Amino acid sequence: MSEPVVETQELAVRFGGVLAVDHVNFLLRERELRCLIGPNGAGKSTFFKSITGQIRGANASGRVLIRGQDVTGWSTHQIVRLGIGIKTQVPSVMNGLTVAENLWLSARRTAGHDGAEAAVDEVLAELELGAIARRPVGELAHGQRQLVEIGTVLANKPWLVLLDEPAAGLTNVETERLIAIIKRINQTATLIVVDHDMHFVRTLDSLITVFHQGAILVEGHAQKVLTDPSVREVYLGNRA
Amino acid sequence: MTGAAFGIGRIHWNWLAALVIVLAALPLVSETNTPTLLAIWALFALSLALMWGYAGILSFGHAAYFGLGAYTYAIASFNIGESTVPVLLALIVPAVVAAIIGAMMFYGRISDVYLGVMTLVVTLILNRFMNATAGDAYKIGNARLGGFNGIPAFPTLNVPGEPNMEVYGTAYYYVVIVGLLLAYLIARWILASAFGRTLIGIRENELRMELLGYNVPAYKTAIFSVSGAMAGLAGCLFANWAEIVTPSVFSLGTTAEVLIWVIVGGLGTLIGPMIAAVALGSLKLELGHQTTVDNSLVLGAILILVVLLLPRGFAPSFVAWRRRFAQSQVHRRQARGTRRRRIALQEAKQ
Amino acid sequence: MDYAAIVILEILYMIAFLTLISAGLAIVFGMMRVINLAHGEFVMLGGYATIAAAKAGINVYFAMLVISPIVVGIIGLVVERLIVRFLYGRMIDIMLATWGLSLLLIGLVTLIFGNTPVSVPTPIPGYQIGHYQMGGYNLFVIAVAVVLICAMWFTLRYTRVGLIARGAMQGREVVSALGYNPSLIYMLTFTVGAALSGLAGGVMAPLTGLLPSIGGAYIAKAFITVITGGAAVISGTLSTATLFGTVDQIVSFATTPVLGEIAMLALALVLLRLMPQGITGQFFRNST
Repeated sequence: MSEPVVETQELAVRFGGVLAVDHVNFLLRERELRCLIGPNGAGKSTFFKSITGQIRGANASGRVLIRGQDVTGWSTHQIVRLGIGIKTQVPSVMNGLTVAENLWLSARRTAGHDGAEAAVDEVLAELELGAIARRPVGELAHGQRQLVEIGTVLANKPWLVLLDEPAAGLTNVETERLIAIIKRINQTATLIVVDHDMHFVRTLDSLITVFHQGAILVEGHAQKVLTDPSVREVYLGNRA
Repeated sequence: MTGAAFGIGRIHWNWLAALVIVLAALPLVSETNTPTLLAIWALFALSLALMWGYAGILSFGHAAYFGLGAYTYAIASFNIGESTVPVLLALIVPAVVAAIIGAMMFYGRISDVYLGVMTLVVTLILNRFMNATAGDAYKIGNARLGGFNGIPAFPTLNVPGEPNMEVYGTAYYYVVIVGLLLAYLIARWILASAFGRTLIGIRENELRMELLGYNVPAYKTAIFSVSGAMAGLAGCLFANWAEIVTPSVFSLGTTAEVLIWVIVGGLGTLIGPMIAAVALGSLKLELGHQTTVDNSLVLGAILILVVLLLPRGFAPSFVAWRRRFAQSQVHRRQARGTRRRRIALQEAKQ
Repeated sequence: MDYAAIVILEILYMIAFLTLISAGLAIVFGMMRVINLAHGEFVMLGGYATIAAAKAGINVYFAMLVISPIVVGIIGLVVERLIVRFLYGRMIDIMLATWGLSLLLIGLVTLIFGNTPVSVPTPIPGYQIGHYQMGGYNLFVIAVAVVLICAMWFTLRYTRVGLIARGAMQGREVVSALGYNPSLIYMLTFTVGAALSGLAGGVMAPLTGLLPSIGGAYIAKAFITVITGGAAVISGTLSTATLFGTVDQIVSFATTPVLGEIAMLALALVLLRLMPQGITGQFFRNST
């Protein structure tokens, strides 16, 4: 039984009168690949943000533990420094800088000034970004920008990777490539993937947590969850 | 990442050497009073250009630190009588105040417009306060703050350790030029370091830098403090040049001018704003000699036109051009290399 | 007892003053997110318009209530067409361009009117409260502010124009979706904002000697009143005007007017830090 890597205890997030995350108890183990799915407004992204310190203070209650360390109330950069990589819903990259420069800023924090260049070359090779290494990211197509962002996430060698809608706006070919990359990352790191794309989620064939109205509805392996009638009801409404 | 990375070009040491020679020889052909003032303004512009162009922090009240440097020097030199410590204080006090105000703003995630407003309010407070300090009740040690009349006749710069050997005239000009050059080199050194690269990343996308594990507020506070210290140095040098310090150093006019220099000179470079400070500063001094055309009018018109037509100023288009030029040089070199290899291969085959 | 009446009147006057000088800026900021740093100069121009008209023999009340708003409104229209309309959405660029405009206007007025103060006497005589002599004109200023706020509130709440305006506050697309031309609405809004600034300048003209540089005093206070007020035009401006006016006057009475002003500025700093969305961003969220 591997160690819990991410754990939340009675995590609740409130915005005004709305309970976006409803006392969630979540557990993720070492080297798992977990998908978070659920209809719009189910609270997945809010949950995602609150475990990375992006939602704190008056709005949130409950505890978040990462590898046993209580990180409730920690700021984002402190949590990230534990070894976590985060990809946001809307690609968050340095548009005015080149691909290589983006990767360098990520790699430098863990590899130091000397090791950073080597780490950058590694990521460029692994994600096949070598050809566009010197292009400013702002000039790239959406699929390439998503890939660059994943590159920045990987460049500082995180052991926990959080991807928020990584397949959004990607072509089928790009999605296949993404799935291969995710499987490769999973060989050394733990992953949480939030997404809407059912084909993508199904192909990843992992454990799935289904959110509904801020709480966990169902948790289990992909085959079981995706055929679960309550999940269909939540997504499709009251239909047979 | 070496050389021309992150949008920062290499220092062209030959150009810099030529400039230094020209500046050193200047006193032989002209008076030094005006060039000294222009160099001080260039230093002031440099302080804002570093913070705004590379870290993306726009302060609408940078005059606060210029003024603090000036007043700190005046008050300290009145009380101490020798100039070395006052100069150091003129660097430290603005740096510390900037660090405090910066921390208050950046840790509160204040940015953009609200940052502009808060920095403006700080300058206004200093301006109002200093204007009202007339009378004997307002003094620090021996120095009376003097209200809107300011503090006159404080001891000016002397050779460190020799309070009776004053530094003025041409000698003072050289001191200012050396100060300016040192500040420029320090700014370039910062930009070439990992700290500088991080600031540029923060300018481009704060959220992503935070998600990469950087303590963004700390970095911003640090550069705000450095920039404040540089502005303070400019203020201190100004105090010595003018031999009087008045609340006008905290005025909206002063803060507007330095903003205009940076915008016109080019956001994203260091040299551009420095040149603009010299050019527009000279223009202002020339206009001061006549009354037909008003300085405010000209400056205002220039600012409006630059914002409408060249929102990032003159230099960045130059920077973009320089980047493309550098990349075409790289391609040319690669092509040459490829050609050479091809020729070598053909020769080897024969 | 008399002293209390004096203090209250002075506080009311300060609130009225802040409201008057901020109204124009509040409309333009609340509706279009435009921070017009030349606002102080619009007020100044209103003052000069009144004084010039009064010196030409026109009734001073007509000058300040009719001529100043019209004159400055036209100037605002020109400014909007030539400068501001190209910069909507670019807040920092608008701040910079309008700062340039403020310098330009100061330069122009200095060239035309020179640097010596001009003034006009207050048309209402003073009166006595107990041992104290009060300026009667202050009551007029308070009255104008009250009428103005009521008129603005009524227009925004109960007229079609007000409805369009409130829609515009939500965004350009809303205006288009309602079938109105956003450019036209924005142009009119900026013009009205300028006219109100001119009105403020006209009304304040008899109280201070007018200099080309006097805009600086107005912009600072109007600025912080509007920004800390937040997006809601009326409740925002009123709440901060009340807060600042009260603090300023109480500290002024307790110590000196300068410290009163500094107290107000310092309070603004604290508010901005604690509530960056302004008071109406935090409380009173759905008010006008």
